[in-house]
Amino acid sequence: MIEFSGVVKKFRRVDALKDINLSIQRGQQVALVGSNGAGKTTLIRCLLGEYNCSGSVTIDGLNPREHRQQVLSQVGFVPQLPPPLRMPVGHLVTFAATLCGSDPACIHQVAEQLGFDAEHYRHQPFVKLSGGQKQKLLIAIALGRDSELLVMDEPAANLDPEARHTLFSLLAQKQKSAAMLISSHRLDEVAPLVNRVIEMDCGAIVLDDKVAELVELSSLLACNISMIRHEPAFASALSDWGFSAAGSTTEWTGMVAGPDRLRFLGMLSRYAGLLAGIEMNEVRESGKREDVA
Amino acid sequence: MKQLYLTATSDIAESLRARWFSVYSVVFGGIVVILFAFGLSESRVMGFTGLSRLLITYIQLSMALLPIFVLITTVRSVAGDREAGIFEYMLSLPVSLAAWFWGRFVGRFIVVFLPVFLAMLGALVWGVIKGSEIPWTLFVYYTGLLMALVWCFLGIGMLISTLARSSDVAQAAAFIVWLTLLLFLDLILLGILIQENLPPESAVAIALANPLQVFRTATMMLFDPQLVLLGPTAYIILDNFSQSGYIFYAVCYPVLFGSVCAGLGYLHFKRSDLP
Repeated sequence: MIEFSGVVKKFRRVDALKDINLSIQRGQQVALVGSNGAGKTTLIRCLLGEYNCSGSVTIDGLNPREHRQQVLSQVGFVPQLPPPLRMPVGHLVTFAATLCGSDPACIHQVAEQLGFDAEHYRHQPFVKLSGGQKQKLLIAIALGRDSELLVMDEPAANLDPEARHTLFSLLAQKQKSAAMLISSHRLDEVAPLVNRVIEMDCGAIVLDDKVAELVELSSLLACNISMIRHEPAFASALSDWGFSAAGSTTEWTGMVAGPDRLRFLGMLSRYAGLLAGIEMNEVRESGKREDVA
Repeated sequence: MKQLYLTATSDIAESLRARWFSVYSVVFGGIVVILFAFGLSESRVMGFTGLSRLLITYIQLSMALLPIFVLITTVRSVAGDREAGIFEYMLSLPVSLAAWFWGRFVGRFIVVFLPVFLAMLGALVWGVIKGSEIPWTLFVYYTGLLMALVWCFLGIGMLISTLARSSDVAQAAAFIVWLTLLLFLDLILLGILIQENLPPESAVAIALANPLQVFRTATMMLFDPQLVLLGPTAYIILDNFSQSGYIFYAVCYPVLFGSVCAGLGYLHFKRSDLP
């Protein structure tokens, strides 16, 4: 589906991309990782036809620069930093939907699934929304249409745990039909979402590896956490994950999205000295539970 | 066409919420209010009184303020949008580059021209209410001149925005362009050049090529048809163009100049990196 062949991009004397050769097929979810200045954004911009480059970039055999409308109508893009658009939410949705030939109602529906009522904020300028709301709307615009390629830059960075779970479920629905390119500074942020990892450094690909698909994107974990004693900071962190106290202030229960388990355990590790017990059970669709921790 | 319309309306929606637009509208609306408040329509200069006198003053002030306003706000918002990542996102949507560029041009033209025109129209409506005589010819001609002025400097602004990679550079370039055009007015550098024995043909060529001078002469022509204020240069203009010919030139040349600048800007935009 995506072919990079001998792609070189220079900014004056700096080589931002050095002879990139890369092929991505439908059904592949690719994590594009690397430090700042590694070339991730430049690669994405070349893919979207926003940068001129030497070599060739094609999506389904078409050059995105020369066949902009044909190619980009199949691409859903979520930038890392939401653009400071002053236009109202309703106008942005109509603008994007009309250009992409999709139904604004689909975008509204996805936004609502993510916990953002786009209809309610119809007259609100996009720039006045909170970071999470902006992210949700941009994700809704990217997913609320028949895109065959999803290009996302840290898509879950500003989302609350519930919205993250919804995003993972929505991506799971697109797994078979679309290719995904998810860029991030940190692999642990995107590892659960992908089945292939491409690491970039100084404009070159330094690692191209497959990841075992052990975690279902739409899975959920029912968790019980016991504390040795009540600690407000820990309780606040658990509340942020949507947990609630069960009976006493030292017993907490809640749900964690399967692909988020690594992040959740990372949060718990900060309070390891306060933990008396952890129980995590994967909730299957049939309702059966399976111990994972 | 639908894409062009969408881009134009988006640009209008963006501009209406921008602070520069509020300042811009207040300045031009305020000028008319101030002119009325100071009783300009009641005074008489060179035989002009009432609304004609007010419109002549208004167009002179517009000529001084509009070019720099249009240049700075255009380059700030277009180059600023690129810097802020708006281009990166909006151009990831399937919009053609032609629709994006010209849609923004049209949207911005409407946004920049409308407050100036509405202020002038407001003055006219006030005149009708007060029972003053309405100078329709002057109004139509000034509307054409203002449209040409906005179009011209919008084209220059779009060209600068596409060439400069940052809003700071774009603003500095816009200011230098405006200053250069200003310096080559008859009262400043052109006058000195003539004093230093510049061939008259060259002086006239510079004056005819400088859109600011073209406007200055055209607006002058309305209250001074023989261009007495210009001195001997008036003979060359009137002999070669005639009065109506020059008025036609004053509207068409800036539109052509602005279109060529915008066209060059589009070609550069299409071929260069977009964000």
